[in-house]
Amino acid sequence: MADFVVYALIAGISIALVAGPLGCFVVWRRMSYFGDTLAHSSLLGVALAILLNTQLQIAIIGSCLSFAALLLLLERKQALATDTLLGIIAHSTLAFGILVLSVSDRVQVNLNAFLFGDLLTITLTDLIWIVSCCLGSGVVLIFFWKKFLAITVHRELAMIEGLAADRLYALLVFLIAILIAVAMKIVGVLLITSLLIIPAAAARRLSSTPEQMAIGAAVAGSLAVIGGLALSYVWDTPAGPSIVATAFVLFIVVYLKPEAGKR
Amino acid sequence: MTTDFLVQARGIGVRFEGRQILSHVDLDLLQGQLVTLIGPNGAGKTTLVRIVLGLLTPHEGHLHRAPDLRIGYMPQKLFVEPTMPLTVERFLQLPGPTDLKTESLLEEVKIGHLLKQQVSRLSGGEMQRVLLARALSRKPQLLVLDEPAQGVDVNGQVEFYELINTIRAEHNCGVLMVSHDLHLVMAGTDEVICLNQHICCHGKPEHVSTDPAYLALFGRREAETLAVYTHHHNHSHDMKGAIIGDSCCDLHADKGPHKHG
Repeated sequence: MADFVVYALIAGISIALVAGPLGCFVVWRRMSYFGDTLAHSSLLGVALAILLNTQLQIAIIGSCLSFAALLLLLERKQALATDTLLGIIAHSTLAFGILVLSVSDRVQVNLNAFLFGDLLTITLTDLIWIVSCCLGSGVVLIFFWKKFLAITVHRELAMIEGLAADRLYALLVFLIAILIAVAMKIVGVLLITSLLIIPAAAARRLSSTPEQMAIGAAVAGSLAVIGGLALSYVWDTPAGPSIVATAFVLFIVVYLKPEAGKR
Repeated sequence: MTTDFLVQARGIGVRFEGRQILSHVDLDLLQGQLVTLIGPNGAGKTTLVRIVLGLLTPHEGHLHRAPDLRIGYMPQKLFVEPTMPLTVERFLQLPGPTDLKTESLLEEVKIGHLLKQQVSRLSGGEMQRVLLARALSRKPQLLVLDEPAQGVDVNGQVEFYELINTIRAEHNCGVLMVSHDLHLVMAGTDEVICLNQHICCHGKPEHVSTDPAYLALFGRREAETLAVYTHHHNHSHDMKGAIIGDSCCDLHADKGPHKHG
């Protein structure tokens, strides 16, 4: 098998392994629109990075983290309803990103690669970035798992029991931001949230504890990556959409299965 | 000041966006004592509870808490997303200690059979017990119950109050109970505080069992767990909570918004 397929597999599976558990929080906390907004705004970061000719990976992670911080701040201010706020930011940053990309004639930019991912052009440097970011977020996630769970179930109870809920929430958001930044190469800004949500939603049906759901989501995500890459390899379809389509099929299969032992 | 005080608040005042929510509120919570906080909606009960819990810092006044005070808090309600698979057992283990005896904890609140039940499928009354178990899991010195009787019928309320009494006797913990019912409070309440942005009045409730009309209405069992708090205010509140009139000895309290039976 060619190098690029192996790279793509390793990168895709490392992301799926972290996106599964993180995606559970996105589902539980109803943050899917939040994730979308982060992804869309990261395109503006990409555009600026290209314009200023800086290192792309660092620029993407940097812009995702700063937009995450901005969103956290605005959310706390509660000037507007959260979904209105997210809608404004998501689409205006996407528009500005595309505008900036279109005026920068310095490099030939493949906009499609950013919107839908370009997993098969992955380099060894990209791979090292992705794997180390995933490893880092994975360790942090395991370490704080129980605390994240406690603030998700009931914020104030968790605070009374001694957890710094605001800081933990910020940490969770930053983890999601980092994942979105590195996953951009895989599925692109338009499809990233699906990698967080679909595997988690599929795993929900088969699990009775949060941990089961997290592990199930990681497995479902990895299966989607493997299936999507196979599809892409055999029929020469774009890798990102193939992965998302596979994840969706998995989700449908799980939901068609009759619910056992429930009302 | 005795050594067994848990929380002592003096002159608490809170403002939100220019609106005075609480002013000059004093509150003492002692070990083993049951204090019921009553007041209409918007009276600032929840705000005061948040201050006691340490979730909110008052703009005015002082709050002293016993060192290393362990508070068990039972929120008004808890909504768990149906997308989150969570058993009662796991829910109780969330605060931390892994050696938690979840089974005996559930037995104490008489819902041992719910150990493996999904939290999102509990009924209102079951959820109430589970929340109480979670509050007790920290072996609290102070139990704070935010409108625990809400959404539960009178029978359920009576049973719940009996349970609280047993728990209070066994753990010798202080209890702060919030209720929006202005007249029915738990028997055994040491002090009732009627709050409407300031403390309107406070005192001991009279036992219902002495009131034949009440006995006829609810029967003996209820009478043993509920008590009537009879109170007459020397002022009334308008819709914004501002005090109408300033007669300090208005004997016709029935003209005000609080009706007394």
